[in-house]
Amino acid sequence: MKQKISIMSPINAAGRWALRGVDEFGAAAIFLLRAFVLIFRIKQIPSIIQQVYYIGARSANIVMLVGLFTGMVLGLQLYYTLIKFGSAGVLGSAVSLSLVRELGPVMTAIMITARAGSSMTTEIGIQRISEQIDALSTMRIDPIRFLISPRIAASIISFPLLTALFDLIGIVGGYITGVALLGLDAGTYFYRVESSIEMQDITGGFVKAIVFAVLVSTVCCFQGYFAHMRKDSYGAKAVGLSTTTAVVVSCVLILVSDYVVTSFLL
Amino acid sequence: MENPLIEFQNITKRFGNRTILDGVNLKIYEGQVTTIIGKSGTGKSVLLKHIIGLLKPDEGRILFNGQDIGNMGKKGWNDYSDQISYMFQNNALFDSLTVYENVALPLKQTTKMSKREIDEKVMARIEQSELTEVIHKYPSEISGGMQKRVALSRALVTDPNIVLFDEPTTGQDPIRKNAILGMIAEYQRKFGFTAVLISHEIPDVYFISNRILALYDTKIVFQGTPEEFENLNHPFRDEFIQSLEGLQVELTGLYSKRHFKVRYQADLGKKKPHETYVAVLFALEDMETIIENLGHDAAQEMIRALGSYISKHFGAVGGFSSRQTINEIGTILPFSNLHEAESILVDFIRDLKEEGLCDLSTEATFNDDECFEFRILGGMSEGKPQVEIESIIEFARFNQKEIARFQCETRKQG
Repeated sequence: MKQKISIMSPINAAGRWALRGVDEFGAAAIFLLRAFVLIFRIKQIPSIIQQVYYIGARSANIVMLVGLFTGMVLGLQLYYTLIKFGSAGVLGSAVSLSLVRELGPVMTAIMITARAGSSMTTEIGIQRISEQIDALSTMRIDPIRFLISPRIAASIISFPLLTALFDLIGIVGGYITGVALLGLDAGTYFYRVESSIEMQDITGGFVKAIVFAVLVSTVCCFQGYFAHMRKDSYGAKAVGLSTTTAVVVSCVLILVSDYVVTSFLL
Repeated sequence: MENPLIEFQNITKRFGNRTILDGVNLKIYEGQVTTIIGKSGTGKSVLLKHIIGLLKPDEGRILFNGQDIGNMGKKGWNDYSDQISYMFQNNALFDSLTVYENVALPLKQTTKMSKREIDEKVMARIEQSELTEVIHKYPSEISGGMQKRVALSRALVTDPNIVLFDEPTTGQDPIRKNAILGMIAEYQRKFGFTAVLISHEIPDVYFISNRILALYDTKIVFQGTPEEFENLNHPFRDEFIQSLEGLQVELTGLYSKRHFKVRYQADLGKKKPHETYVAVLFALEDMETIIENLGHDAAQEMIRALGSYISKHFGAVGGFSSRQTINEIGTILPFSNLHEAESILVDFIRDLKEEGLCDLSTEATFNDDECFEFRILGGMSEGKPQVEIESIIEFARFNQKEIARFQCETRKQG
């Protein structure tokens, strides 16, 4: 009997894990749906603007910094690769397409997850464990409308804008290494940038940014909102673990969904 | 008796294998202050959260005006929850909002009131709670007592019909505790809401409660008036109440009403039927005006200072004292006849005027130029051992007259 239990245990565990996964996915989907429906109210506008400031404006500096160095390192790597084939002139195309199609949306989403996503989880988690969310319910204020909807709306607005900023600064970074430091012709660089990027690349990048925005904000808010339901810890520790989970899951989902969206776009 | 506003019928709540409430039955009546007492961790907050729907019972039903709240439709539930406000044990204030924003939040989010109307209402509550100076501060920048008052203001700003207070005095010093209880009592009288509160402040909470519910070992073991509770014969009293009352005596020198009765019976039961004793009833006159002018904290500090002074003075001659009502302190002089008691009282009045009033007047002085005048009353009556203490106290109340008065002019001359 004991032998039988030990053989079945991993299968049971896998089954439990799968069921829990399906359960959480369903709960998160309902959570997102409720939050999304509640965005479209006049009273939400001030809260959304405030969240755009926190998620968007306050992330701009770090996004620009990362964008600059990503562009610079791209310029450096691609220059020395392309020069082997005598194609250094297409550096502008390589840098701009890499940034606009892939690196811009992905890196921006990861940076916002690290900066604003983690803070969303922590803030909502603390509000949960200190009964502030229960207090909202007792005041007949829907916590999802009050706390979650503005954050999701603000993410959908901020992610594409920050992605555009990242792309722009990244192209400047590529210019600094390729043109200013390595001596490539400035006109050639910008001509290649302009001629190779099509509208489809830009809209594709924005679609990705919006998908990432929905995923990151939902995962981060969901983890904070249900921090008190964790079975592995309680209180402040539960908030800490929820934050870690939110960041890890968000990053994984960004990369997985990037592949899926790219396969549809191409 | 009238129909209850809220009724629990066989409510059972379990968390995992642990049963918190086991077949709880209780009744809460409209317009009354009902206090739930019980040891920590016995499920008092769980019980309260069932009323507002934050928790759902595993078994049993909760009736509101005879209607099961578990079967209410969306509109019915909204109408029900519209009438209820909840003050959390840890205040649950939004730390990213200022005091003003916290109080205004329910009005801004759930009503269509104009900005001006919201402002007027919020400011009125803030002024009543003596928070005007901190309206732009964040909860973390103000004291625990102030945070409690902010939570209280937020709970009352929507003019609810039912207010649930989850340990509103936790973590407060004795003066603040009484001030908060006084504030709840005052608001309840003024606005007429039904109050349900959880409190450990025994016996102070008796003064403001119409009904007491005792939660012990997952069940309600007592429901009734504070007077009926005084005579409760149950292990709950031995384990919980007596220790709290003993602590009260140690801290203030004033006996709880129950200890007062026990001491009364012990000291006077030995007396022969013809032997007499004297009861004196002191009062800080017109407590409501004092609260209105000086605030709850100052009023409670004054009654505490008076109680402490009385206890010190009469304790030396074998007397014992107890707070009788929110502004009255009763003293028994078991070894004195009326003539001796009069002489003791004259000495007391002289000392009170010379020294005691200074302690009380500190609270009544706003600054160097302004102060608030108040009067202390005293009345005596002679009693015999076989007579009920209540009637002797009542007679002393009837005989009350002014024994000391704090006058601003006197203070200035002094």
